[in-house]
Amino acid sequence: MLTEDERRMIRAEAAHYDHPQAACVEALKIVQEHHRWVSDEHLKEIAALLDMSPEALDSVATFYNLIFRKPVGENVILLCDSVSCWIMGYEGIRAHLKEHLGVELGETTADGKFTLLPMACLGTCDRAPAMMVGNELYRNLDNGKVDEILARYRQPSGA
Amino acid sequence: MDKPLTGDLRPDGTVLDLAAYEKVGGYEALRKVLKEMSPADVLKEVTDSRLRGRGGAGFPTGQKWSFVPMGDNAPTPKYLVANADEMEPGTFKDRLILEGNPHLLIEGMILSAYTIQATQGYVFLRWAYKLAAERITRALAEAYDRGYLGRNILGSGYSFELHLHTSAGRYMCGEETGLLNALEGKRANPRAKPPFPQVSGLFGKPTIVQNVETLCNVAPILRNGAQWYLGLSRSEDGGTKLYGVSGKVRRPGAWELPLGTTIREILERRARGMREGYQFRGLLPGGASTDFLVEDHLDVKMDYGSVQAAGSRLGTGLMIVLDDRTSVVGMVLNLERFFAQESCGWCTPCRDGLPWTARILQGLLEGRGRPGDLERLEMQTRMMGPGNTFCALAPGAMEPLQSALKYFREDFEKLIPRSDAA
Ligand SMILES: Cc1cc2nc3c(=O)[nH]c(=O)nc-3n(C[C@H](O)[C@H](O)[C@H](O)COP(=O)(O)O)c2cc1C
Ligand code: SF4
Ligand code: FES
Repeated sequence: MLTEDERRMIRAEAAHYDHPQAACVEALKIVQEHHRWVSDEHLKEIAALLDMSPEALDSVATFYNLIFRKPVGENVILLCDSVSCWIMGYEGIRAHLKEHLGVELGETTADGKFTLLPMACLGTCDRAPAMMVGNELYRNLDNGKVDEILARYRQPSGA
Repeated sequence: MDKPLTGDLRPDGTVLDLAAYEKVGGYEALRKVLKEMSPADVLKEVTDSRLRGRGGAGFPTGQKWSFVPMGDNAPTPKYLVANADEMEPGTFKDRLILEGNPHLLIEGMILSAYTIQATQGYVFLRWAYKLAAERITRALAEAYDRGYLGRNILGSGYSFELHLHTSAGRYMCGEETGLLNALEGKRANPRAKPPFPQVSGLFGKPTIVQNVETLCNVAPILRNGAQWYLGLSRSEDGGTKLYGVSGKVRRPGAWELPLGTTIREILERRARGMREGYQFRGLLPGGASTDFLVEDHLDVKMDYGSVQAAGSRLGTGLMIVLDDRTSVVGMVLNLERFFAQESCGWCTPCRDGLPWTARILQGLLEGRGRPGDLERLEMQTRMMGPGNTFCALAPGAMEPLQSALKYFREDFEKLIPRSDAA
C-alpha cells in the first residue's frame, strides 16, 4: 500500500500539469525513492491515482532505463558505458567492479548491498570514467578509487 | 572577451543564488523588456542576433518563434520547454550552467515565454543531474518569491508558471517531439511532423522546445543588444559557444569561446593537445551523432556552416577525440550499441538495422569478419540515412559509421580475412 505521504506527493505533482497522467513518471520515481523499485501492487495504485490503466502505466514505466520493475539492491551502481568513458578505461573499471562485487552487469550482490547496471553517458565525459552510486556522482575513476567508494557504502548506515 | 554564458560562473563550482545573480546584472533584461518592449520587439532583437539552436540541429531561434500563433485568437495555453535532457554521448555543456547559474536559464525562459506569450513552462531535466535538480528547485522558489515568476510578473500583467520535470533516463526524450510525449506521461516515441510543435505541441497547444544553452543566450542578448551579440562571434551567426573536449587529451574540459573558433585552437590551446604517448587520429566534432573529422580538418572553424562544409555537423559542439591506441572499430561499435539500445523501435530500418550493424562490427572485432561486411555496413548507412526513418536518431547513428568507413577504412579491412579464392 502507498503511504498517505506518497499519495500526497503524487497529487501535488499532478497539480502542475493539465492532465494527471503527465505526472506519472514523477509518481513512479516518488514510489521508487521510498521502496527502491516499483512492484505490480504499487503500479496499480499509482495508475488509479492518475486515472490511467495499469497497462498504460507499465508501458511507460518499462520505456525508461531508470524505473526498476524488479527489486534492486540497497545501492544501485550506474556505470557509464558510453564512448568517452569507453575510451578512458570503462572496460577495466567494469572488470574490476564485477570481480570486486562478484556479480555480472544487471545482477545484485548476495548480501543485497549493490546492484550493478550499465548506463548511458552521465554528462561528465571530461572526467571519465564515471559512475553513480545512488544519487552520488563519482568521476575520474580508477580501481583504487572504486574500492574506496564501495567501502564507504559497506559501512553500517546511520552510524 | 565577453562570456555571457559562463563569465559569472564561480570557479569553486558553487551556485549563484538570486542575490548574486542580480548583482551581476541578472533580471535587468527582464525588467527592461517588461517595461519597454513588446513581444514583437523582442522577437526582432533575437532574430537580428542570429542566435541558432545549440541542441544539435542549429535552427535559427527567432525564426522558430515566429511560427507560433499570436494574437487574441491564438490557442491557449502556450508552452515553453527547456530541453535539459543532455544525453548525447560526449556532451557535458548544459550541466555547467544548470549547476552553476540556474537563474540565467530561468530569466532566459521568462523572456522567451513572454515573446511567444506562453503562460506555462517546464524545465525537462535528465534524471542523472541530481545537483542541477536541487539547484534549479531552489532558484525557482527564489524567482517566485521575488515576483519574477507567477501571476502578474513585476506588475506587468504578464504571467508565467515554470516547473521542473525530471525524467527517468532515455535518449529519445531529448528529441523534441519525443520530449513532448514524455511530458504528457506517454512513451517518448517521436511524433509525425507536421503539425510542428510551434503550432500543435504539448497537449496539442503551441509549444517551443529549446536547448538550455540556446535559452541562456536570450537575457544577455536583450541586455546588450543584437549588435553586441553579433560582435562576439567569428562567424556569420551570433554569439559564443560552449565547446569541449573529451578523450586522451592533456586537459579535457569545456570552454566558452567565440562561435567559429577553430578546432585546432580548442584542441591545442584549451585541451593542451594529446597526452604523452598518444597520437591524434580524428574526432567527432559535436557529440556521438556527428561525422568524424581528421587531421586535414584541424583548421576548420567550429560554426554551423564551416563544419557542415567539412562534411560533418557542429552538433552539440563537444568533441570526442580518437587516438592511435584506441580501436576505431571498437569505438564505432560502442556508439552503435548505444544507438541500438536507445532506439525507440518505432520504425523498422532503425529497430532492426542498428542491432544488425552492431553485430557486424562485433563480428569484425571477434575475428568473425566476412567478405562483404563493409558493403553490408555501407548498405545500412544508406537504409538509415536522412529521410528513411521517422526521426533523426538513426541518421545520426550512421554519421560516425559512414565517416569511419571513409577515413579509417584500412582499420576495418584489416579485420576481414582475404577470401580463399583470391
Ligand atoms: C535522438 C535525439 C536526441 C536529442 N537529444 C537532445 C537533448 O538532449 N538536448 C537538446 O537540447 N536537444 C536534443 N535533440 C535535439 C532536439 O530534437 C531539438 O532539436 C532541440 O531541443 C531544439 O532546441 P534548439 O533549437 O535550441 O537546439 C535531440 C534530437 C534527437 C534526434
Ligand atoms: S529512427 Fe529509431 S528512434 Fe527514431 S522513430 Fe525510428 S525507431 Fe524510433
Ligand atoms: S561518456 Fe561517460 S560520462 Fe559521458
